[in-house]
Amino acid sequence: MHPDVVVVGAGIIGAACAQALKARGLDVLVLDRHGPASGTSSAGEGNVLVSDKEPGPELDLALASRELWPDLGADAEWEEKGGLVVATTPEAAEPLKAFAAAQRAAGIDACELTPQEALSHEPHLNPDITAAVHYLQDAQLNPVKATKALLRGIRIINAEVSTTDGRSVTTSDGVISCGAVVNATGPWARNFGVNVLPRRGVVLVTTPIPGTIRHKVYDADYVGAVASGDADLQTSGVVESTQAGTVLIGSSRQRKGFDDTIESKVLKALARKAIALFPMLTDVPVMRAYGGFRPYAPDHLPIIGEDPRTPGLWHATGHEGAGVGLAPATGRLLAELLTGATPLVDPHPFRVDRPEVMV
Amino acid sequence: MVDSEPEAGGQFLRGRAKFEHRGVTHLKNTEAWLVEDRTLHLRGPKQLHFDALVIATGAYDRPLPFPGWDGPGVITAGAAQALAKQGVTLAERVIVAGTGPFLLPVATALLDLGATLVGVYEASSPTRWLRESKAVLANRHKIAELASYRKVLSHLETRTAVIAKHGDRVTVAKLDRHWRPVSHRTEHADLVCIGHGFLPRTDLVPNAKRTNDFLDVDERQQTSIPGVYAAGEVTGIGGADLAEAEGIIAGAAAAHQEPPARALEAVRKGRLFAQALARAHAIQPGWQTWLNPDTTVCRCEKVSLQDLSDATSMRELKLTSRVAMGRCQGRICARNAAELTGIPFDGQRRVIAVPIPLGELAALPEEPS
Ligand SMILES: Cc1cc2nc3c(=O)[nH]c(=O)nc-3n(C[C@H](O)[C@H](O)[C@H](O)COP(=O)(O)OP(=O)(O)OC[C@H]3O[C@@H](n4cnc5c(N)ncnc54)[C@H](O)[C@@H]3O)c2cc1C
Ligand SMILES: Cc1cc2nc3c(=O)[nH]c(=O)nc-3n(C[C@H](O)[C@H](O)[C@H](O)COP(=O)(O)OP(=O)(O)OC[C@H]3O[C@@H](n4cnc5c(N)ncnc54)[C@H](O)[C@@H]3O)c2cc1C
Repeated sequence: MHPDVVVVGAGIIGAACAQALKARGLDVLVLDRHGPASGTSSAGEGNVLVSDKEPGPELDLALASRELWPDLGADAEWEEKGGLVVATTPEAAEPLKAFAAAQRAAGIDACELTPQEALSHEPHLNPDITAAVHYLQDAQLNPVKATKALLRGIRIINAEVSTTDGRSVTTSDGVISCGAVVNATGPWARNFGVNVLPRRGVVLVTTPIPGTIRHKVYDADYVGAVASGDADLQTSGVVESTQAGTVLIGSSRQRKGFDDTIESKVLKALARKAIALFPMLTDVPVMRAYGGFRPYAPDHLPIIGEDPRTPGLWHATGHEGAGVGLAPATGRLLAELLTGATPLVDPHPFRVDRPEVMV
Repeated sequence: MVDSEPEAGGQFLRGRAKFEHRGVTHLKNTEAWLVEDRTLHLRGPKQLHFDALVIATGAYDRPLPFPGWDGPGVITAGAAQALAKQGVTLAERVIVAGTGPFLLPVATALLDLGATLVGVYEASSPTRWLRESKAVLANRHKIAELASYRKVLSHLETRTAVIAKHGDRVTVAKLDRHWRPVSHRTEHADLVCIGHGFLPRTDLVPNAKRTNDFLDVDERQQTSIPGVYAAGEVTGIGGADLAEAEGIIAGAAAAHQEPPARALEAVRKGRLFAQALARAHAIQPGWQTWLNPDTTVCRCEKVSLQDLSDATSMRELKLTSRVAMGRCQGRICARNAAELTGIPFDGQRRVIAVPIPLGELAALPEEPS
């Protein structure tokens, strides 16, 4: 066995890399210690968002991904549900409108709505909102099904990788030599030399109330929470339904290593913010809470490229809270760089050789 | 003492236990939903801060699926017993089916309420108990208990199971020792009560060590979490007397007292019985042949056998097929789905023990002081 490329990690990013490499004719082997989508990729809401990104390299990657997902995610409950971002205080209204205007200039479909119009889109929304923007490109899929769809026809072996030199990987079952190695181990990517850390997120799931909430609806303060580097708990209201009718409630961000205990203060903050958006949720029971660890780089940009210290070792990680949305373009970019083709977006901002990234 | 029921007594003594004890505050109709460090969160919301906690939340019946089990006229044996204890007449013609001695008191209760008992079907072979003489000799009182069910023993058929129900037509099969049907006949019944063993209710302590889903405890009933004790069916299934003895030990240990020697001895003997029970009535894989491709496995999300996808972990299985994702959160179906797919059962860590309205979460205090 001597595959052209070994991809370590069968999360959505590893799967997208493997798919793109295979599409370019390479022989790919994927290794994961627990199987497909067993890490962060099964812990998210599965949103493919452009709404939360300001103009810049991450938005470029997101827009490129948004083009690719409808084909790749067709079997993965792909739904173009649209996002509704709302301001809940008078002070938040103008910044939201300005943010949307800048996004529009960068090619995003961001439609300003009056509060009344927003209520006609989302009848249960708190009538006290002060501004709203409708993002038509925001979509959702089932990340586990999407991961499996990307991996179709690709060899996967359950094995843990301990080390790699870029030309081989040492696994729990022996050494596999190969042409190149892709580190797609998400929040565990630090084990292979890049500064990726876990940022905890918790999601609440209610009993089904089909048809009540139609879009992904979130408070405009979410964008600030995402960009923050603060270790303390940050929460903002993010509410949406799944196709099964359950309502998913986020979002929390907390740096506390790989500690996965559920804290009542997180549940409280999430519940309060969800009720602030949709008062009718007050009496709806939560039946489950779950969480995961977003893989983040200190400068909040994904890491996609070859490691200058270890030729043959490539990284595709650090997607933080947007890995599902960014997966297809990440895979494509990595495959293009690895095969010497013209990249679909400027790869420079994502290079490994960044001061915050090299450890 | 926190309990979700209006009266003390649990599954066995429900309504009959006259519990009153000076120094014990009994919070009735109160559900606990989360243990956070030394705080027990109750519905309300309300918090109790503890030095020691005893988990005695019992177990619930495991139903095995068969065509028609999700339709009208099929309930769990535990539910039937609870209703019977309230004096509710459930149906005219009833069948009690599954495995384990607890089918007998249920059948007795239904008979006492005037139902016609069509049959009591035990899937296992009684000869399995012949290998358990040590446990039986240590627990002779259990034989005496058996005698109190003589009214229903004449209806008992072993190596027999209900494998389908369509309307009031019930398919009753004779089984081989792997529980594969070898022959069958049709009976008529309005109600089938099923119980194929029990699953412990351990959601309050998702991180405590467990074996085969039951909480591990030391000789003082302490779990792997210091200061958290467990007693009764959360540690294993051995009947009400074992549960009570474990409770005596856990209570004493939690209060830093020496447990009475009698209770320790009762637990020693009771555990022999519990282990024998687990062996003699172990679920055999042949039940999986009772299902058709379109037989429901998960009732909440209407997932049938053919919908169970290829997966390597429970999480992957759940997120691709939606099995165990509904109201019961897999309490009823997750174990069955794991066995049907060959996926290792991971004990289903659920961090919220009972559903809780968002409004109550929003009303939690800032810090559990
Ligand atoms: C609560 C929450 C909500 C989210 N919501 C969204 C959302 O709506 N939209 C969105 O775009 N993103 C969302 N995200 C972020 C998204 O889930 C992640 O960015 C994405 O899943 C990262 O994928 P990955 O493949 O890099 O990592 P993972 O999915 O964690 O995959 C890494 C894999 O590597 C394997 N692995 C690790 N080390 C080794 C080793 N040594 N050997 C072998 N295998 C190994 C692991 O088993 C794992 O399967 C959310 C995250 C959280 C926590
Ligand atoms: C159908 C059936 C027939 C049986 N027949 C016999 C018999 O004839 N002889 C015999 O010896 N044994 C019998 N048993 C077994 C006997 O019922 C149990 O051994 C005994 O009840 C176990 O006691 P326990 O305290 O562990 O659990 P339980 O009696 O189940 O008590 C648990 C209590 O905890 C409460 N609770 C659970 N979760 C929460 C929560 N989150 N918050 C607050 N409260 C909660 C429950 O409401 C319940 O009141 C039978 C059991 C069944 C199901």
